[in-house]
Amino acid sequence: MRGTDTRDPRAGTPKARRRPVAALATAACGALAMTACAGAGGSGSDSLVVAIVANPQMQDAIALQDHFTEEYPGVDVEFVQLPENEARAKITASVATGGGEFDVVMISNYETAQWAEYGWIENLQPYIDSTDGYQGDDFMPAIRESLSYEGDMYSVPFYGESSFLTYREDLFEEAGLQMPENPTWEEVAGFAAELDDPENGVSGICLRGLPGWGEVMAPLNTVVNTFGGRWYDEEWNARLDDPEFRSAVEFYVDLVREHGQPGAANSGYGGCLSRYSQGNAAMWYDATAMVSSLEDPESSTVVGKNGYTAAPVANTGNSGWLYTWSLAVPATSEHKDEAWDFISWMTDPSYVSLVAEEYGWERVPPGSRASTFEAEGYQEVAGGYADPMREAIEAADPQNPTVDPVPYSGIGFVGIPEFQDMGTRVSQQISAAIAGQISVEEALEQSDQYAREVGDTYQGEDRR
Amino acid sequence: MSTTTAAPRTTRRSRDWARRAPLLPALIFTILLTQLPFLATIWYSLRSWNLLRPGSQEFTGLSNYAAILTDRQFLGAAANTVLITASCVLVSMVLGIGLAMLLDRRFLGRGVVRTLLITPFLILPVATALLWKTTMFDPVFGLVGFVLSPFGLGDVDWASSYPVLSVVAALVWQWTPFMMLLILAGLQSQERDVIEAGQVDGANTWQMFAMVTLPHLRRYIELGVLLGAIYVVNTFDTIYMMTQGGPGTASANLPFTIYQRAFLGFDVGQSAAMGVVVVIGTIIVALVALRLIFRAFLSSEEQNA
Repeated sequence: MRGTDTRDPRAGTPKARRRPVAALATAACGALAMTACAGAGGSGSDSLVVAIVANPQMQDAIALQDHFTEEYPGVDVEFVQLPENEARAKITASVATGGGEFDVVMISNYETAQWAEYGWIENLQPYIDSTDGYQGDDFMPAIRESLSYEGDMYSVPFYGESSFLTYREDLFEEAGLQMPENPTWEEVAGFAAELDDPENGVSGICLRGLPGWGEVMAPLNTVVNTFGGRWYDEEWNARLDDPEFRSAVEFYVDLVREHGQPGAANSGYGGCLSRYSQGNAAMWYDATAMVSSLEDPESSTVVGKNGYTAAPVANTGNSGWLYTWSLAVPATSEHKDEAWDFISWMTDPSYVSLVAEEYGWERVPPGSRASTFEAEGYQEVAGGYADPMREAIEAADPQNPTVDPVPYSGIGFVGIPEFQDMGTRVSQQISAAIAGQISVEEALEQSDQYAREVGDTYQGEDRR
Repeated sequence: MSTTTAAPRTTRRSRDWARRAPLLPALIFTILLTQLPFLATIWYSLRSWNLLRPGSQEFTGLSNYAAILTDRQFLGAAANTVLITASCVLVSMVLGIGLAMLLDRRFLGRGVVRTLLITPFLILPVATALLWKTTMFDPVFGLVGFVLSPFGLGDVDWASSYPVLSVVAALVWQWTPFMMLLILAGLQSQERDVIEAGQVDGANTWQMFAMVTLPHLRRYIELGVLLGAIYVVNTFDTIYMMTQGGPGTASANLPFTIYQRAFLGFDVGQSAAMGVVVVIGTIIVALVALRLIFRAFLSSEEQNA
């Protein structure tokens, strides 16, 4: 629970303050029988409802909301903060059905282009262009590209991430091993076998195994891509039973079963973070966002012992994913200008300096703006990992994730609406294979059927 | 409905209608409230529609049904539903009978004990699930681990190592009082003379229970099993709070699976098809069970007559 600022008693409980207004709004709704009055927090009131994912950096933003109120005294912000999975489900359901509960939603590069195409979210480009000092050109090109539809940005990034490999330099030195600049997965598997030391509670590597399209599927998908596997060929035929896809999944499952963490089928990003930061793993391949926790003396015992290197590869030049938590305005919002006021405050360069001032440079939302990487304070703090992170984000190419051409975009995910459902179901099969309940063969057979059902609905139409 | 002459027929018909008419509003209301949504569900189940893809709706016939009936996950959830329901109902029934037998005798503080035993049934199911997940089963500070630590079972993560067992344990705790109350009602309706006759015939305690009490309790047991099964089949909150259907899909039952596909996967077609399959399955099971119950009631009434 870092990020909740104790000096601000209102930070955690916006509801308490809002009650009179909400009651008034409800009364007004009853009197006017306004249909738009459905939803949490009463969008009929003059408050701005912001649905947000409860990650540490976002909680910092909530704790800093007084600074926003100072700047825009007329706008009353109410936060709905939820854990990642719940937030995604709630926001998706609300926006897809035109529920109108939220004025600002936190989404990602997975949703943005799709929702922009359907007209579910506002085009933010006019706002970006007309806001002084906002510096829309300062966003990392790959991130800006991934949040754009037909050249206009429909959501703006709060922070951006790729994936890379962290490893314990001290353990490598003891074992006389040398991590190369751009390691291959084969090399990494070799290191994992050498450094695996269950007696002393150190596993060779930590990899996610928890079901969920945003959990095990993200790192596994990058492995599939770099092995040359594809979910679909250009005719939307499912290709999960191709040898490339299968060898990638077999490699991942075998590696985590043989030299990975115990209980791998139940550990996701959070599980690996606590294992690695307590010194129980020699390597960890995951999101670049890990650094703010790994290098934080309060939460980690391995501060300063870590090396960072690019995501391991097999048959492609790079394999890091591209992901960004971003803010958008649903088309149903009745407070679009106020919504932009809030979004621009939270994604402005000056917000970065504000966090640096209040909490220190290691807690700024990284990876979204070039200026953040170039800031002197950030360079000092992030010397060890700023460059690998920046290179990974710049190298990511969601349009061409694997060896052969594919009809979808996305690296850690498949950029089609059905992937939330299909990815989760496939991930449950993979997780069962990691747990040893079924074989990789069986898992992929079932998964291929899921993918075929979805692919069938795309055949005969060109969606690229 | 075949009657012989015309005149009585009209009067009978009007009498029939006089009896039916007051019921009609309720009947029509019920049909509107329950059958229309069901028809809509059947309609959706014949279409391919993902909520996140506007314009993706198309008629696909029975392909949704084919897809879910070949889906290992759906079949696994169906098996889990049967397993969870059957084991929960049976175990809580056995415990309920035992506790009811104990409560059926007079002792000091009976009222207090009865109130305490009923309490689990009155606690919100969500709170029950949370209690079991954290206070009881947590590997670090759970009471179960603390009690079992002398036996070397102190750090078992019950909810993720034995998810179905954990869910069933919480459900049994919740449903035992319900069974106990039903059986207690049955015990207190036992006639004294039958018991006295048994004692005169020199039956020992076990024989009394097996030969006299249990046959008398039969219809109460059947009623308890039926009602319990109807409720437990629909269990959602306990699974959602304790295991989220995991690890993987190890502890997902049908309601939870449908929820996942509908509200996290947004696949309207397949989740509607699942709903229809579940309704059909439930109807079949309920018909068989109801027939058993009716037969039990009829035969016992014949005996009493």
